[in-house]
Amino acid sequence: MNKIVKSASEALEGLQDAMTIMLGGFGLCGIPENCIAKMVELGVKDLTCISNNAGVDDFGLGLLLQKRQIRKMISSYVGENDEFERQMLSGELEVDLIPQGSLAARCYMGGAGVPAFYTPAGYGTEVGEGKEVRVFDGKPHLLETALTADFAIVKAWKGDRFGNLVYKGTARNFNPAMAMAGKITIAEVEELVEPGDLDPNFIHTPGVFVQRIFQGVNYEKRIEQRTIRPKS
Amino acid sequence: MLDKNGIAQRIAQELRDGWYVNLGIGIPTLVANYIQDDINVVFQSENGILGMGPFPYEGEEDADLINAGKQTITALPGASIFDSATSFAMIRGQHIQLTVLGAMEVSDTGDIANWKIPGRMVKGMGGAMDLVASADNIVVAMMHTNKKGASKLLRECSLPLTGVKCVKRIVTNLAVLDISPEGFQLIERAPGVGVEDIKNATEGRLIIEGDIPEMKF
Repeated sequence: MNKIVKSASEALEGLQDAMTIMLGGFGLCGIPENCIAKMVELGVKDLTCISNNAGVDDFGLGLLLQKRQIRKMISSYVGENDEFERQMLSGELEVDLIPQGSLAARCYMGGAGVPAFYTPAGYGTEVGEGKEVRVFDGKPHLLETALTADFAIVKAWKGDRFGNLVYKGTARNFNPAMAMAGKITIAEVEELVEPGDLDPNFIHTPGVFVQRIFQGVNYEKRIEQRTIRPKS
Repeated sequence: MLDKNGIAQRIAQELRDGWYVNLGIGIPTLVANYIQDDINVVFQSENGILGMGPFPYEGEEDADLINAGKQTITALPGASIFDSATSFAMIRGQHIQLTVLGAMEVSDTGDIANWKIPGRMVKGMGGAMDLVASADNIVVAMMHTNKKGASKLLRECSLPLTGVKCVKRIVTNLAVLDISPEGFQLIERAPGVGVEDIKNATEGRLIIEGDIPEMKF
Protein backbone atom coordinates (compact mmCIF):
# COMPACT_ATOMS: atom_id res chain seq x y z
CA MET A 1 0.00 0.00 0.00
CA ASN A 2 1.58 3.25 -1.13
CA LYS A 3 -0.54 6.33 -1.71
CA ILE A 4 2.38 8.75 -1.87
CA VAL A 5 2.52 11.07 -4.85
CA LYS A 6 5.44 13.38 -5.55
CA SER A 7 3.77 16.75 -5.53
CA ALA A 8 0.59 18.81 -5.61
CA SER A 9 0.77 18.57 -9.39
CA GLU A 10 0.64 14.77 -9.35
CA ALA A 11 -1.97 14.78 -6.58
CA LEU A 12 -4.31 16.91 -8.67
CA GLU A 13 -4.10 14.72 -11.76
CA GLY A 14 -7.58 14.41 -13.24
CA LEU A 15 -8.78 17.75 -11.93
CA GLN A 16 -10.98 19.37 -14.56
CA ASP A 17 -13.05 22.48 -15.11
CA ALA A 18 -16.51 22.52 -13.47
CA MET A 19 -15.63 19.92 -10.85
CA THR A 20 -16.78 20.08 -7.23
CA ILE A 21 -13.91 20.42 -4.76
CA MET A 22 -13.97 20.28 -0.96
CA LEU A 23 -11.19 22.15 0.81
CA GLY A 24 -10.51 21.77 4.51
CA GLY A 25 -9.64 24.62 6.84
CA PHE A 26 -11.19 27.22 9.09
CA GLY A 27 -10.23 30.71 8.04
CA LEU A 28 -6.61 30.27 6.98
CA CYS A 29 -6.01 27.61 9.64
CA GLY A 30 -5.46 24.12 8.24
CA ILE A 31 -5.92 24.99 4.57
CA PRO A 32 -4.20 22.96 1.82
CA GLU A 33 -1.85 25.74 0.73
CA ASN A 34 0.14 23.69 -1.77
CA CYS A 35 -2.88 22.39 -3.69
CA ILE A 36 -4.53 25.82 -3.77
CA ALA A 37 -1.36 27.33 -5.26
CA LYS A 38 -1.22 24.54 -7.84
CA MET A 39 -4.91 24.99 -8.75
CA VAL A 40 -4.22 28.68 -9.42
CA GLU A 41 -1.30 27.67 -11.64
CA LEU A 42 -3.33 25.04 -13.50
CA GLY A 43 -6.01 27.61 -14.24
CA VAL A 44 -8.94 25.20 -13.82
CA LYS A 45 -12.17 27.15 -13.85
CA ASP A 46 -15.93 27.04 -13.17
CA LEU A 47 -15.20 25.19 -9.95
CA THR A 48 -17.72 24.59 -7.21
CA CYS A 49 -15.78 24.93 -3.97
CA ILE A 50 -17.07 23.63 -0.66
CA SER A 51 -15.15 25.26 2.15
CA ASN A 52 -16.19 26.82 5.44
CA ASN A 53 -14.62 30.14 4.46
CA ALA A 54 -13.34 31.75 1.30
CA GLY A 55 -9.88 32.81 2.42
CA VAL A 56 -8.80 36.43 2.46
CA ASP A 57 -8.24 38.66 -0.56
CA ASP A 58 -4.65 37.55 -1.17
CA PHE A 59 -4.44 34.10 0.42
CA GLY A 60 -6.24 30.79 0.59
CA LEU A 61 -9.28 30.48 -1.67
CA GLY A 62 -9.05 34.24 -2.24
CA LEU A 63 -6.31 33.40 -4.75
CA LEU A 64 -8.73 31.32 -6.83
CA LEU A 65 -11.42 34.00 -6.52
CA GLN A 66 -9.04 36.67 -7.80
CA LYS A 67 -8.55 34.63 -10.97
CA ARG A 68 -12.31 34.00 -11.30
CA GLN A 69 -11.76 30.25 -11.20
CA ILE A 70 -14.67 29.64 -8.84
CA ARG A 71 -18.22 29.63 -10.19
CA LYS A 72 -19.95 28.64 -6.97
CA MET A 73 -18.99 28.67 -3.30
CA ILE A 74 -20.65 26.60 -0.59
CA SER A 75 -19.59 28.11 2.74
CA SER A 76 -20.84 29.25 6.13
CA TYR A 77 -18.91 32.48 6.63
CA VAL A 78 -17.19 34.68 4.09
CA GLY A 79 -16.75 37.90 6.02
CA GLU A 80 -12.99 38.22 5.65
CA ASN A 81 -12.88 38.51 1.90
CA ASP A 82 -13.85 41.79 0.20
CA GLU A 83 -13.40 40.41 -3.32
CA PHE A 84 -15.75 37.55 -2.44
CA GLU A 85 -18.40 39.95 -1.15
CA ARG A 86 -18.04 42.08 -4.27
CA GLN A 87 -18.41 39.12 -6.66
CA MET A 88 -21.37 37.80 -4.68
CA LEU A 89 -23.27 41.09 -4.45
CA SER A 90 -22.69 41.73 -8.18
CA GLY A 91 -23.95 38.25 -9.05
CA GLU A 92 -20.70 37.05 -10.68
CA LEU A 93 -20.31 34.35 -8.07
CA GLU A 94 -23.02 31.92 -7.06
CA VAL A 95 -23.03 31.41 -3.32
CA ASP A 96 -24.77 28.90 -1.11
CA LEU A 97 -24.41 29.98 2.51
CA ILE A 98 -25.27 27.22 4.94
CA PRO A 99 -25.01 26.92 8.72
CA GLN A 100 -21.57 25.77 9.83
CA GLY A 101 -22.78 22.72 11.73
CA SER A 102 -24.97 21.66 8.82
CA LEU A 103 -21.99 22.07 6.48
CA ALA A 104 -19.80 19.86 8.67
CA ALA A 105 -22.54 17.26 9.05
CA ARG A 106 -23.34 17.29 5.33
CA CYS A 107 -19.70 16.47 4.53
CA TYR A 108 -19.47 13.85 7.25
CA MET A 109 -22.73 12.21 6.13
CA GLY A 110 -21.59 12.35 2.51
CA GLY A 111 -18.58 10.27 3.48
CA ALA A 112 -20.56 8.06 5.84
CA GLY A 113 -23.18 6.99 3.30
CA VAL A 114 -26.10 8.79 4.94
CA PRO A 115 -27.85 10.66 2.11
CA ALA A 116 -29.79 13.12 4.28
CA PHE A 117 -30.55 14.03 7.88
CA TYR A 118 -32.74 16.38 9.92
CA THR A 119 -31.38 19.35 11.86
CA PRO A 120 -33.09 22.28 13.58
CA ALA A 121 -30.49 24.77 12.29
CA GLY A 122 -32.00 27.30 9.90
CA TYR A 123 -35.66 26.48 10.49
CA GLY A 124 -37.77 29.60 10.01
CA THR A 125 -34.98 31.37 8.08
CA GLU A 126 -33.97 31.74 4.42
CA VAL A 127 -31.96 28.55 4.82
CA GLY A 128 -35.17 26.59 5.30
CA GLU A 129 -36.87 27.85 2.14
CA GLY A 130 -37.95 24.94 -0.05
CA LYS A 131 -36.71 22.31 2.39
CA GLU A 132 -38.79 19.54 3.91
CA VAL A 133 -39.75 20.26 7.52
CA ARG A 134 -40.47 17.52 10.01
CA VAL A 135 -41.29 17.83 13.70
CA PHE A 136 -39.48 15.64 16.23
CA ASP A 137 -40.30 15.98 19.94
CA GLY A 138 -42.33 19.10 19.16
CA LYS A 139 -39.42 20.86 17.44
CA PRO A 140 -39.30 21.56 13.68
CA HIS A 141 -36.28 20.29 11.75
CA LEU A 142 -35.04 20.75 8.18
CA LEU A 143 -34.07 17.91 5.88
CA GLU A 144 -30.48 18.53 4.74
CA THR A 145 -28.77 16.43 2.09
CA ALA A 146 -25.25 15.04 2.25
CA LEU A 147 -22.39 16.52 0.23
CA THR A 148 -19.68 14.73 -1.72
CA ALA A 149 -16.97 16.04 -4.02
CA ASP A 150 -14.92 15.01 -7.04
CA PHE A 151 -11.84 15.92 -5.01
CA ALA A 152 -11.59 16.52 -1.28
CA ILE A 153 -8.35 18.28 -0.43
CA VAL A 154 -7.24 18.29 3.19
CA LYS A 155 -4.21 19.47 5.10
CA ALA A 156 -2.77 17.41 7.96
CA TRP A 157 0.23 17.67 10.25
CA LYS A 158 1.58 14.16 9.78
CA GLY A 159 0.65 11.28 7.56
CA ASP A 160 2.01 7.95 6.29
CA ARG A 161 1.90 6.10 2.99
CA PHE A 162 -1.29 4.29 4.07
CA GLY A 163 -3.00 7.69 4.21
CA ASN A 164 -3.36 7.74 7.99
CA LEU A 165 -3.51 11.34 9.17
CA VAL A 166 -2.95 13.35 12.33
CA TYR A 167 -3.87 17.02 12.55
CA LYS A 168 -2.41 19.66 14.84
CA GLY A 169 -4.45 21.95 17.08
CA THR A 170 -7.52 23.61 15.63
CA ALA A 171 -6.11 23.06 12.13
CA ARG A 172 -8.18 19.87 12.31
CA ASN A 173 -11.58 21.63 11.87
CA PHE A 174 -13.31 20.55 8.62
CA ASN A 175 -10.47 18.35 7.40
CA PRO A 176 -11.57 14.97 8.85
CA ALA A 177 -15.19 15.24 7.65
CA MET A 178 -14.15 16.39 4.17
CA ALA A 179 -11.48 13.68 3.93
CA MET A 180 -14.33 11.18 4.14
CA ALA A 181 -16.42 12.77 1.40
CA GLY A 182 -14.11 12.93 -1.62
CA LYS A 183 -14.32 10.54 -4.57
CA ILE A 184 -10.60 11.22 -4.57
CA THR A 185 -9.21 12.57 -1.31
CA ILE A 186 -5.85 14.30 -1.39
CA ALA A 187 -3.96 14.86 1.84
CA GLU A 188 -1.09 17.30 1.91
CA VAL A 189 0.94 16.95 5.08
CA GLU A 190 3.73 18.85 6.76
CA GLU A 191 5.59 15.65 7.46
CA LEU A 192 5.41 12.22 5.85
CA VAL A 193 6.37 9.53 8.35
CA GLU A 194 6.95 5.79 8.16
CA PRO A 195 4.04 3.40 8.81
CA GLY A 196 4.09 2.62 12.52
CA ASP A 197 5.44 6.03 13.50
CA LEU A 198 1.89 7.23 14.12
CA ASP A 199 0.30 5.58 17.14
CA PRO A 200 -2.82 3.75 15.84
CA ASN A 201 -4.65 4.92 18.97
CA PHE A 202 -4.25 8.53 17.95
CA ILE A 203 -4.98 8.52 14.22
CA HIS A 204 -7.57 11.20 13.40
CA THR A 205 -8.32 10.16 9.81
CA PRO A 206 -7.89 6.45 9.04
CA GLY A 207 -6.06 5.90 5.76
CA VAL A 208 -9.02 4.22 4.07
CA PHE A 209 -10.47 7.67 3.33
CA VAL A 210 -7.33 8.96 1.60
CA GLN A 211 -6.28 8.14 -1.98
CA ARG A 212 -3.25 10.41 -2.51
CA ILE A 213 -0.80 11.89 -0.03
CA PHE A 214 2.26 14.11 -0.34
CA GLN A 215 4.53 16.20 1.80
CA GLY A 216 3.89 19.86 1.16
CA VAL A 217 6.52 22.58 0.99
CA ASN A 218 6.92 26.17 2.15
CA TYR A 219 3.91 26.39 4.42
CA GLU A 220 3.18 30.02 5.20
CA LYS A 221 0.49 29.28 7.82
CA ARG A 222 -0.65 32.86 7.85
CA ILE A 223 -2.33 34.14 11.03
CA GLU A 224 -5.50 36.12 10.38
CA GLN A 225 -5.93 37.79 13.77
CA ARG A 226 -2.73 37.93 15.80
CA THR A 227 -4.00 38.48 19.32
CA ILE A 228 -1.62 38.51 22.27
CA ARG A 229 -1.62 39.48 25.94
CA PRO A 230 1.10 41.45 27.69
CA LYS A 231 3.53 39.65 29.97
CA SER A 232 2.82 40.92 33.45
CA MET B 1 -25.25 53.37 30.80
CA LEU B 2 -22.82 50.52 30.15
CA ASP B 3 -20.05 50.25 27.61
CA LYS B 4 -19.23 46.98 25.83
CA ASN B 5 -17.08 45.82 28.73
CA GLY B 6 -19.91 46.57 31.15
CA ILE B 7 -22.30 44.46 29.11
CA ALA B 8 -19.78 41.62 29.17
CA GLN B 9 -19.28 42.01 32.91
CA ARG B 10 -23.04 41.80 33.54
CA ILE B 11 -23.34 38.70 31.34
CA ALA B 12 -20.51 37.05 33.26
CA GLN B 13 -22.89 37.00 36.24
CA GLU B 14 -25.11 34.58 34.29
CA LEU B 15 -22.44 31.88 34.28
CA ARG B 16 -22.70 28.96 36.68
CA ASP B 17 -20.05 26.62 37.99
CA GLY B 18 -19.47 23.61 35.76
CA TRP B 19 -21.00 25.06 32.62
CA TYR B 20 -19.69 24.69 29.09
CA VAL B 21 -20.09 28.04 27.36
CA ASN B 22 -19.86 29.21 23.76
CA LEU B 23 -19.01 32.88 23.30
CA GLY B 24 -19.63 34.54 19.96
CA ILE B 25 -17.51 37.19 18.27
CA GLY B 26 -17.49 40.80 19.57
CA ILE B 27 -18.90 41.74 22.97
CA PRO B 28 -19.46 38.05 23.92
CA THR B 29 -15.72 37.36 23.66
CA LEU B 30 -15.14 39.95 26.42
CA VAL B 31 -17.26 37.93 28.87
CA ALA B 32 -14.27 35.64 29.47
CA ASN B 33 -12.46 38.57 31.13
CA TYR B 34 -15.03 38.84 33.95
CA ILE B 35 -15.51 35.31 35.26
CA GLN B 36 -15.87 35.27 39.04
CA ASP B 37 -13.01 33.56 40.87
CA ASP B 38 -15.18 30.92 42.52
CA ILE B 39 -16.62 29.67 39.25
CA ASN B 40 -15.16 27.15 36.83
CA VAL B 41 -16.48 27.21 33.30
CA VAL B 42 -15.10 25.69 30.11
CA PHE B 43 -15.18 27.78 26.96
CA GLN B 44 -15.98 26.12 23.66
CA SER B 45 -14.98 27.61 20.35
CA GLU B 46 -16.93 26.00 17.55
CA ASN B 47 -13.95 25.62 15.25
CA GLY B 48 -12.98 22.76 17.52
CA ILE B 49 -11.72 23.37 21.06
CA LEU B 50 -13.01 22.99 24.60
CA GLY B 51 -10.90 24.64 27.25
CA MET B 52 -9.93 27.73 25.30
CA GLY B 53 -7.55 29.91 27.32
CA PRO B 54 -6.45 33.53 27.05
CA PHE B 55 -4.50 35.03 24.15
CA PRO B 56 -0.87 33.82 24.00
CA TYR B 57 2.10 35.89 25.08
CA GLU B 58 3.92 37.66 22.29
CA GLY B 59 6.15 35.22 20.47
CA GLU B 60 4.07 32.22 21.52
CA GLU B 61 1.33 32.59 18.89
CA ASP B 62 0.55 29.35 17.07
CA ALA B 63 -1.10 29.54 13.64
CA ASP B 64 -2.62 26.12 14.37
CA LEU B 65 -4.40 27.29 17.50
CA ILE B 66 -7.16 29.83 16.89
CA ASN B 67 -10.74 30.48 17.98
CA ALA B 68 -13.82 30.92 15.82
CA GLY B 69 -12.96 34.61 15.44
CA LYS B 70 -9.66 33.49 13.84
CA GLN B 71 -7.75 34.98 16.80
CA THR B 72 -4.68 33.25 18.20
CA ILE B 73 -5.51 31.60 21.55
CA THR B 74 -4.06 29.15 24.05
CA ALA B 75 -5.37 25.81 25.30
CA LEU B 76 -5.75 25.40 29.07
CA PRO B 77 -4.73 22.21 30.91
CA GLY B 78 -7.62 19.79 30.37
CA ALA B 79 -8.49 21.23 26.98
CA SER B 80 -9.60 18.99 24.13
CA ILE B 81 -9.49 19.49 20.39
CA PHE B 82 -11.85 17.96 17.87
CA ASP B 83 -13.18 18.33 14.35
CA SER B 84 -16.07 20.55 13.20
CA ALA B 85 -18.63 17.72 12.93
CA THR B 86 -17.94 16.73 16.56
CA SER B 87 -18.01 20.37 17.63
CA PHE B 88 -21.50 20.87 16.26
CA ALA B 89 -22.62 17.54 17.68
CA MET B 90 -21.88 19.14 21.07
CA ILE B 91 -23.91 22.19 20.11
CA ARG B 92 -26.80 20.43 18.38
CA GLY B 93 -26.90 17.74 21.05
CA GLN B 94 -27.32 20.41 23.75
CA HIS B 95 -24.15 19.57 25.63
CA ILE B 96 -23.25 23.26 25.85
CA GLN B 97 -25.13 25.03 28.66
CA LEU B 98 -24.91 28.65 27.53
CA THR B 99 -24.50 30.49 24.26
CA VAL B 100 -23.73 34.21 24.23
CA LEU B 101 -23.91 35.98 20.89
CA GLY B 102 -24.32 39.40 19.34
CA ALA B 103 -27.28 40.55 17.26
CA MET B 104 -28.35 43.25 14.85
CA GLU B 105 -32.00 42.86 15.85
CA VAL B 106 -34.08 40.87 18.35
CA SER B 107 -37.87 40.61 18.29
CA ASP B 108 -40.09 40.55 21.39
CA THR B 109 -40.91 36.91 20.61
CA GLY B 110 -37.24 35.93 20.77
CA ASP B 111 -36.37 35.93 17.04
CA ILE B 112 -32.81 37.02 16.26
CA ALA B 113 -31.19 38.51 13.14
CA ASN B 114 -27.42 38.82 12.93
CA TRP B 115 -26.04 37.52 9.67
CA LYS B 116 -27.15 39.50 6.65
CA ILE B 117 -28.22 42.94 5.45
CA PRO B 118 -29.72 42.29 2.00
CA GLY B 119 -27.85 43.97 -0.83
CA ARG B 120 -25.25 45.46 1.49
CA MET B 121 -23.58 43.04 3.84
CA VAL B 122 -23.49 39.29 3.52
CA LYS B 123 -20.91 37.69 5.72
CA GLY B 124 -22.75 34.45 6.37
CA MET B 125 -24.21 32.85 9.44
CA GLY B 126 -21.17 30.83 10.44
CA GLY B 127 -22.23 28.69 13.39
CA ALA B 128 -24.89 31.10 14.66
CA MET B 129 -27.88 29.28 13.15
CA ASP B 130 -26.82 25.95 14.63
CA LEU B 131 -26.19 27.57 18.00
CA VAL B 132 -29.50 29.42 18.28
CA ALA B 133 -31.55 26.51 16.93
CA SER B 134 -30.25 24.08 19.51
CA ALA B 135 -29.03 25.90 22.60
CA ASP B 136 -31.41 25.92 25.56
CA ASN B 137 -29.99 29.06 27.05
CA ILE B 138 -29.23 31.93 24.71
CA VAL B 139 -28.14 35.35 25.95
CA VAL B 140 -27.79 38.16 23.43
CA ALA B 141 -25.16 40.84 24.04
CA MET B 142 -25.72 44.04 22.09
CA MET B 143 -26.21 47.79 22.19
CA HIS B 144 -29.85 48.77 22.72
CA THR B 145 -29.92 50.98 19.63
CA ASN B 146 -27.98 51.01 16.36
CA LYS B 147 -25.54 53.69 15.22
CA LYS B 148 -28.42 55.78 13.88
CA GLY B 149 -30.19 55.61 17.24
CA ALA B 150 -32.92 53.23 16.10
CA SER B 151 -34.06 50.49 18.47
CA LYS B 152 -32.65 46.99 17.98
CA LEU B 153 -35.39 45.51 20.22
CA LEU B 154 -38.30 45.26 17.83
CA ARG B 155 -41.84 43.97 17.49
CA GLU B 156 -40.58 41.99 14.50
CA CYS B 157 -37.12 41.71 12.97
CA SER B 158 -36.75 43.51 9.64
CA LEU B 159 -33.54 41.70 8.64
CA PRO B 160 -33.27 38.05 7.54
CA LEU B 161 -33.59 35.83 10.60
CA THR B 162 -30.90 33.69 12.16
CA GLY B 163 -33.38 31.82 14.35
CA VAL B 164 -36.97 31.97 15.58
CA LYS B 165 -38.26 32.10 19.16
CA CYS B 166 -34.88 31.20 20.61
CA VAL B 167 -33.48 34.13 22.62
CA LYS B 168 -33.97 33.86 26.39
CA ARG B 169 -32.29 36.99 27.74
CA ILE B 170 -30.84 40.21 26.32
CA VAL B 171 -28.19 42.34 27.99
CA THR B 172 -27.73 45.79 26.47
CA ASN B 173 -25.99 49.01 27.45
CA LEU B 174 -29.32 50.07 29.03
CA ALA B 175 -30.97 47.00 30.49
CA VAL B 176 -31.39 43.30 31.13
CA LEU B 177 -34.57 41.96 29.51
CA ASP B 178 -36.09 38.49 29.27
CA ILE B 179 -38.31 37.23 26.47
CA SER B 180 -41.73 36.53 27.98
CA PRO B 181 -44.96 35.49 26.23
CA GLU B 182 -46.05 39.17 26.37
CA GLY B 183 -42.81 40.68 25.09
CA PHE B 184 -39.57 42.08 26.52
CA GLN B 185 -39.80 41.78 30.29
CA LEU B 186 -37.61 44.43 31.92
CA ILE B 187 -35.46 42.80 34.60
CA GLU B 188 -32.75 45.34 35.45
CA ARG B 189 -31.67 48.85 34.53
CA ALA B 190 -28.06 49.78 33.79
CA PRO B 191 -26.49 52.19 36.30
CA GLY B 192 -27.90 55.70 35.86
CA VAL B 193 -30.51 54.60 33.29
CA GLY B 194 -34.20 55.30 33.97
CA VAL B 195 -37.20 53.19 32.94
CA GLU B 196 -38.27 56.00 30.59
CA ASP B 197 -34.92 55.83 28.78
CA ILE B 198 -35.43 52.13 28.21
CA LYS B 199 -39.04 52.66 27.05
CA ASN B 200 -37.87 55.26 24.54
CA ALA B 201 -35.19 52.96 23.16
CA THR B 202 -37.40 49.87 22.84
CA GLU B 203 -39.69 49.51 19.83
CA GLY B 204 -41.09 46.07 20.72
CA ARG B 205 -43.61 45.37 23.49
CA LEU B 206 -42.01 46.18 26.85
CA ILE B 207 -43.35 44.72 30.09
CA ILE B 208 -42.54 46.67 33.24
CA GLU B 209 -43.73 45.16 36.50
CA GLY B 210 -43.07 46.88 39.84
CA ASP B 211 -39.80 48.55 40.70
CA ILE B 212 -36.98 47.68 38.33
CA PRO B 213 -33.70 47.25 40.19
CA GLU B 214 -30.39 48.63 38.98
CA MET B 215 -27.71 46.15 37.94
CA LYS B 216 -25.22 45.28 40.66
CA PHE B 217 -21.53 44.78 40.00
